[in-house]
Amino acid sequence: MNAQSADVLIIGGGLMGASAAYFLRRRGVSVIVLERGLVGQQASGTNFGNARRQARNLQQLPLANRAYEIWKQLPQLIDDDLEFVQPGHIRVAYTEEQVGVLEKYARDTREYGLHLQMIYGDEMRARYPFLGKEVRAASLSPDDGHANPRLAAPAFARAAIRIGAHIFENTEVTELAKEGGEFRAGCSDGRVFRAPSMLVASGAWGDTMSAQFGEPVPLVARGPQLGVTEPMPYRIGPSIGVATPLLEETLYVRQIKRGNIIFGGCGRGPAHTDTRRAYVLPEHILTQFRQLARLLPPVARLSVIRTWSGIEGYMPDSLPIMGPSAKVSGLYYAFGFSGHGFQIGPGVGDVMAELIATGSTSTPIEPFLIKRFMQAPAEQVLAV
Amino acid sequence: MAQARVVVVGAGPAGVRCAEQLVAAGLRPIVIDEGRRDGGQIYRRQPEGFTRSYATLYGSEAQRAESLHRGFDALKGRIDYRSETLAWNITAGELHVVHEGAASRIGFDALIICSGATDRLMPVKGWHYAGTYSLGAAQIALKSQACSVGREVVFMGTGPLLYLVAYQYLKAGAKVAGVLDTSRLRDQLKALPQLLARPRLLRNGLSFMASLRKAGVPLLAGIEPLEIKGDAQQGVQSVVVREANGAQREIACDAVAMGYHLRPETQLADLARCAFRFDPEGRQWLPEVTLEGRSSVPGVYLAGDGARILGADGAENAGRLAALSALADLGLQVDRAAVEQLLGQQQKMDRFRRGLVQGFPWPVQQAAQLPDEAIVCRCESITAGELRRVTREMGACEANRAKAFSRVGMGRCQGRYCGQAGAEIVAHAAGVPVELVGRLRGQAPVKPLAVVTREEQE
Ligand SMILES: Cc1cc2nc3c(=O)[nH]c(=O)nc-3n(C[C@H](O)[C@H](O)[C@H](O)COP(=O)(O)OP(=O)(O)OC[C@H]3O[C@@H](n4cnc5c(N)ncnc54)[C@H](O)[C@@H]3O)c2cc1C
Repeated sequence: MNAQSADVLIIGGGLMGASAAYFLRRRGVSVIVLERGLVGQQASGTNFGNARRQARNLQQLPLANRAYEIWKQLPQLIDDDLEFVQPGHIRVAYTEEQVGVLEKYARDTREYGLHLQMIYGDEMRARYPFLGKEVRAASLSPDDGHANPRLAAPAFARAAIRIGAHIFENTEVTELAKEGGEFRAGCSDGRVFRAPSMLVASGAWGDTMSAQFGEPVPLVARGPQLGVTEPMPYRIGPSIGVATPLLEETLYVRQIKRGNIIFGGCGRGPAHTDTRRAYVLPEHILTQFRQLARLLPPVARLSVIRTWSGIEGYMPDSLPIMGPSAKVSGLYYAFGFSGHGFQIGPGVGDVMAELIATGSTSTPIEPFLIKRFMQAPAEQVLAV
Repeated sequence: MAQARVVVVGAGPAGVRCAEQLVAAGLRPIVIDEGRRDGGQIYRRQPEGFTRSYATLYGSEAQRAESLHRGFDALKGRIDYRSETLAWNITAGELHVVHEGAASRIGFDALIICSGATDRLMPVKGWHYAGTYSLGAAQIALKSQACSVGREVVFMGTGPLLYLVAYQYLKAGAKVAGVLDTSRLRDQLKALPQLLARPRLLRNGLSFMASLRKAGVPLLAGIEPLEIKGDAQQGVQSVVVREANGAQREIACDAVAMGYHLRPETQLADLARCAFRFDPEGRQWLPEVTLEGRSSVPGVYLAGDGARILGADGAENAGRLAALSALADLGLQVDRAAVEQLLGQQQKMDRFRRGLVQGFPWPVQQAAQLPDEAIVCRCESITAGELRRVTREMGACEANRAKAFSRVGMGRCQGRYCGQAGAEIVAHAAGVPVELVGRLRGQAPVKPLAVVTREEQE
């Protein structure tokens, strides 16, 4: 194979691009990945690392289940340790109404094989003595866990390279086109790459690329905010999320084996896709501090050593853009994961590889197709 | 027009002279400092109630220290001075501070960062044992609390501070077990023409060496540090070095003070989004700053060691210059002749700075030779071997990537103490120039921030 062309060109070396490259190679398809910076440097390397199925949109659960099967096999599959652990995930509620929401979700997800356990009162206090007194109930998803996001996409990329993928870092794609049945990606340094199929996996930058093919989508780039404390003895176990309709209460927390506590939520800052930086807003950090003390009083005795953010693409319905283009044959999309792409990442790579290699996929992705944002013809818009 | 809001961070030589200049122009600046008292590192004031004289505390620099303290005392009532206040973040036009557990924000038209420096450190096997201090920390113990870091202290590293602190310990009655310098006499001879830009300082340095020698302290030049021996219970027990002639030598001690000249505290400049550039002479990344103190960000000024290591006198000048630049940019009258005169002096300071860099070089080869089992990141206990592994096996040739994979620089100090040595280790393992490895991005908070911190409602 000429290194400048392959069966599939993947734009973007995040978790989606890297895992798709890996699973495409496993199917014997040749791939080139073009990454502007370093693999996994954007959302995929800066995220919170929750590998949970609980609290996902029901439509996403088949995909999440497929990803879960991959997570379980991971070290063997890619010969690397992503620090994936399965101490469970609990979702907690401060109000009766939210307890009801959790109970309903537990019933609704049974058919997807989630088996959530609702835990209340003394039993909850005994199991999770670190929870604040406002917490009324917890929904445990026993098999969920978390992993180290900094390691994930690079590990998939290394595994893909070992089985023949070509990955070009520091390679910025500046123009995309389809000419004579072939896709063409022109880069800022003048290099050109070609392939009969293309997968746009460029995260928060995906909308500008789909727009180049006449399929604009209303993606908004934002920067969720995270922080990490100094270490304390390891005792929290499950990762924890708060079920609430109020953005400022949406805290999520996990403790890593070294003892540090990582947290996020409670607000998002602006993200600068042009300069590729998202800066933390101090007011959100202070909100997180208040919510931390409320959810996990023992953590309030610690100090925070670092905060950070990352750039993620959000869709108005919080569902990703995934699947074939509605207009251009051979073109595929996997971007806009709306703040929860980490757990499903390996599943997305596997599904996209299956779809590109075979033309269909056994996991339903109908709700994620780009065609849901197809604009009505101009006359109709004017008539409204 | 309402008075311009000018905020000065740091009340060391640069910050104090800066505030003075602003007050002289009729402003009432806010001066914030995390320390309990003004004076900064070099002219650190003893706690209230301690009564050591200026001569005892500051030796040859007594007059300068006294002048700076008097200068600051005279500003009382004319500045808004906030001590024990940490600047932990910067956003557009706002400085975020925390004082006694309460966070607040201070809006500014001009921000002058005079954040000073800390020791530049090169790891050595065993430097994690209790009893290893930085030179600066050893000096703080002496100046602030009148105590020594050990009974028998070895001073190891290089740079003028090495001899100064060893001398101060000697004078205070401590036992100095040895002064072990990694640079060679011929480095200093080569740098002599530049060092002569400030003959008084050169003379001071030579007299410290002479006093140490006269007191029978072994002064070794051109050494290679091999190991600090000790154990987890007892701490430091001895230092092993290779002498210039190749012989191995072990010196018994119960404390080591170590430092390789200084590194500027640049996190605030970073958070203010100032541009940085690699300084090939000093082999470190420094914020871009003009001699007049202007950074690449309008309204943000940098002065003193936090921008460029020019020493205390250079810092005083830089503080004045930055204030004058800020005043001029705010549309106020400034005395051009004063600016020109200060600039002239700064050029001399800069010549001397280059002399120091040349005379006391950062021992790059030590990073290459550091044994795999030596700890690089003391906060996270990560070894040189692990850092080399992620570089060689996982392809982490960039500083932030190497941190992401290995955790070097991820701990409480956020790489302030291990970042530069870590970059050298990565550069050597990857076979690339250290400037290509880049630098760790600064991230808030500048220092650990308690979760109990609450926003103060204005
Ligand atoms: C702070 C934060 C916390 C999060 N927490 C969680 C969580 O706990 N659990 C969870 O499941 N999800 C979480 N997410 C979401 C998850 O991180 C993302 O959904 C997922 O990583 C998206 O992967 P991606 O590959 O689509 O995007 P990215 O990782 O952003 O990858 C896109 C890549 O495309 C490259 N690219 C863009 N334009 C070009 C171009 N022109 N040329 C070449 N390359 C280009 C970029 O450089 C980038 O590397 C979080 C996200 C953030 C930001």
